[in-house]
Amino acid sequence: MRFAVIQFPGSNCDQDCLHALRDDMAQEAEYVWHKTDSLAGFDAVVVPGGFSYGDYLRCGAIARFSPVMAAVKTAAADGPPVFGVCNGFQILCESGLLPGALIRNRSLQFVCEEVGLRVETSDSPFTCAIPVGTILRMPVAHGEGCYFADHETLRDLETHDQVLVRYVDAKTGEPVAAANPNGSLANIAGVCNRERNVFGLMPHPDRACNRRLGSEDGKRIFQSVIDTLAGRRPAPKDDAVLAPVGA
Amino acid sequence: MQSEPAITPELVAKHGLTPEEYQRIETILGRTPNFTELGVFSVMWSEHCSYKNSRIELRKFPTEGPRVLVKAGEENAGVIDVGDGWGVAFKMESHNHPSAIEPFQGAATGVGGIIRDIFTMGARPVFSLNSLRFGPIQGDGEAVRTNRRLFAGVVAGISHYGNCIGIPTIGGEIYFDESYQGNPLVNVFCLGVLRHEQIARGAAKGVGNPVFYVGAETGRDGLAGAAFASRDLTEESKEDRPAVQVGDPFKEKLHLDACLELLATDAVAGIQDMGAAGLTCSTCETASRGGSGVEIDLNLVPQREPGMTPYEILLSESQERMLIIAKKGREAEVQAIFDKWDLPCARIGVVNDDGMMRVKVGDRVAAEIPARALADEAPLYRREAKARPPEPPLDLATVPEVDLHAALLTLLAHPTIASKHWVWRQYDHMVRTGTMVAPGSDAAVFYVREAGKILAATSDCNALYCKLDPREGARIAVAEAARNLACSGATPLAVTDNLNFGNPHRPENFWQLRECVEGLAEMCRAFDTPVTGGNVSLYNENPDGAIFPTPTVGMVGLIEDETHVTTQNFKAEGDVILLLGEPGDELGGSQFLAVVHGRKEGLPPRLNVEHELALQKALRDLIRTGKIRSAHDCSEGGLAVALAECCVSGAEQIGAAFWLEGIRDDQMLFNESQSRVVVSVAAEDAATILARFSEAGVPAQEIGRVGGMELTAEFRHTTYSWPVETLRETWHDSIGKIMGAS
Repeated sequence: MRFAVIQFPGSNCDQDCLHALRDDMAQEAEYVWHKTDSLAGFDAVVVPGGFSYGDYLRCGAIARFSPVMAAVKTAAADGPPVFGVCNGFQILCESGLLPGALIRNRSLQFVCEEVGLRVETSDSPFTCAIPVGTILRMPVAHGEGCYFADHETLRDLETHDQVLVRYVDAKTGEPVAAANPNGSLANIAGVCNRERNVFGLMPHPDRACNRRLGSEDGKRIFQSVIDTLAGRRPAPKDDAVLAPVGA
Repeated sequence: MQSEPAITPELVAKHGLTPEEYQRIETILGRTPNFTELGVFSVMWSEHCSYKNSRIELRKFPTEGPRVLVKAGEENAGVIDVGDGWGVAFKMESHNHPSAIEPFQGAATGVGGIIRDIFTMGARPVFSLNSLRFGPIQGDGEAVRTNRRLFAGVVAGISHYGNCIGIPTIGGEIYFDESYQGNPLVNVFCLGVLRHEQIARGAAKGVGNPVFYVGAETGRDGLAGAAFASRDLTEESKEDRPAVQVGDPFKEKLHLDACLELLATDAVAGIQDMGAAGLTCSTCETASRGGSGVEIDLNLVPQREPGMTPYEILLSESQERMLIIAKKGREAEVQAIFDKWDLPCARIGVVNDDGMMRVKVGDRVAAEIPARALADEAPLYRREAKARPPEPPLDLATVPEVDLHAALLTLLAHPTIASKHWVWRQYDHMVRTGTMVAPGSDAAVFYVREAGKILAATSDCNALYCKLDPREGARIAVAEAARNLACSGATPLAVTDNLNFGNPHRPENFWQLRECVEGLAEMCRAFDTPVTGGNVSLYNENPDGAIFPTPTVGMVGLIEDETHVTTQNFKAEGDVILLLGEPGDELGGSQFLAVVHGRKEGLPPRLNVEHELALQKALRDLIRTGKIRSAHDCSEGGLAVALAECCVSGAEQIGAAFWLEGIRDDQMLFNESQSRVVVSVAAEDAATILARFSEAGVPAQEIGRVGGMELTAEFRHTTYSWPVETLRETWHDSIGKIMGAS
């Protein structure tokens, strides 16, 4: 499979994502510079973490205007999986590709630590290889990761099974307040769009792909995307929005 | 252009130059300097840039070794070989004075500066550490609130800069003591990786080669910061806030990527960052190193605001700027790369062969100074040193017996010993996906994927020991750093140091500096770890006097195999606890005496270098057998604190029971004798391992067992017991609770 890893000025997990995809997942992966306006030839798109354009205004607020984001929107409409990690999640929300917003952590401090994540549904290209209820361990590292949305949006997300991962106590699997690193509503760590091909999460699967780092759970998310693209897994709800294999 | 002030003795004094130094300037120039030239000399001949008060002492350090690729003082940072054609560049630098005045930006730009030093060498920065010192943060009152504000501000500044630029902050140390009140220490360390053939040089070579200015525009921020850093901090220092720069980590990130992309093209003849003394320092140093001259035109320098004088442009310390000497004919390549990254890039001058640093404004010459004299011929001083009488040994009869159960909890809650989790949770310590051992263990361990190498790094200095006995304290700082590396499974390779002292004109301060340098030098030789660079920060004083002498040691080591990586926390129920080294009994200079009894006195522990070397070698050898499950050195707080940390510093907590015999229980629990390490091993391996240590001439004894949910100390007459949950909470949450109260 061929993954695009978007590079904005200020992206700082671009190298980590590329490394995880190439060396830990044995996939093809290429950087795509922010001034590029086409993503032709890629099977999936990763929007990595970092501080795009410095994020001095609001995280992702400037990146959404970058030329490459028009290409990401086109890709998202065509169906290939698009997946944003950390700053990538913020950018996808700012771009309107995902519902909700990420605001300053309730603690008002940057937080970097390992968290427990519960997989809430296997019905997505990003979690199809992971049984519901599985607890994953991976790090978060952000200052603005508190997921926020209005009541109606939250209800919609639940109704349509769009919350893919939630912060939980890694031992009990319960979404308790103590396990929530940033104050996200309903302990939401990651959501997908209604069409289920765009996914964003604050935790870093790219930092949990090797035993040296203490966890390989991130691989299961990447593997889900790879399996989906290879057509090995049953398609989610609507075949029409899935990536054409080998597109 | 407004006219420049006339040169008067008052103006010379205001620039921090002595009448003799001024005489020397006139001799060098053969005429009276103009105002701009006077400013240029004042920053280049400040302690910060010239090391004029310390250079003679620094010559005592061992700087050579088979692994040294770039020696101390040659370039922005030293480089050592780590095998297979890979090298690492690393260095530690202080930003104490700026952080005292403006903690957030002071610390942030400190991080930015050290990172620039590393990528200027052609190396990709892969991780940072920092060593911080503040006044006390516990309790209430104006001074304590100020200390908390400085501490919070410095941590936030480091977090802001390091997180944004995407270089993980993976370790370091933090101490709190009255002596740092009003003069905190912020020492930042960065390490980068490069191929041997990629080492870049800061020399202006090749007559006719174009000189480029790249990076941020020059503004009026940080004017003469180097000179500011070379004075005592006083009440009036707040007025110097304009001498503190403002950092932009986003811009530096672009800068870093652009420079590394450019250095990979071979279009660069020389490169130098604009740190202290900005454009001045970078032009005269590159010219001096290249044995050439450099001529620049200030009209071509990108400027943030109009109307800046040559004096201001030359002395500005605006951040995120770099001087690049390109190879003639390759100008377009330089321009194209900086265009790609949307960074200012201007050709401002040319290399020539007349040995002068010539600064023009259009056709007018604003300054013309022999480059080598300016960069390398600052006066050197051997200051007067006056030894302080040695501390009398501690008379134990004067130390009353106290509640030792409470004493351990008091020590664990003390910010110097308590978990620094509140701090490093704010640092991105996992970006670049190489962090194998997160902050908090004996040393940070990082897998450098570019090179396939596992590095361990630590910074250490017990400044209370240095205050009580500067030479012994410095020796111990090196030994402890090496011991921390050994506990992590690493072999030490080299050292960078940051010498933080008071005003060198006071004989006792200069004596401290000299003693510490000699102590460090002796031990760096013993451990075969050459000093590859570092920084000197003098004039660290507040109205109450000098700080504790603080020669911070940053040490880098190599771990041969992933399976050798060892952490400090106990791993399994039933494991046997061994104490390596003698139990010891000295309480002088201990944290127990300082924190529980309020007495910072007595002779600090003595270091026996032969014992230390034998211990570390044997420990490393046994770690390589795979049978050592945990290793933790005994430092501040002694054996009791070390064992408590072994119980509670892992993700899972576990108890332990231990027993010891001695005259007084407080001595046995809290003495800080050197050359001691606590290890845990599987019960079935204990006998073999004890025998192996004994063969290596290292004292070792079984002192306890891992298990249960309590830490229990059994002595002849008394048994003390602490629930692990209480220890964990006391140690882990202390700083967060204190800071929550601000």
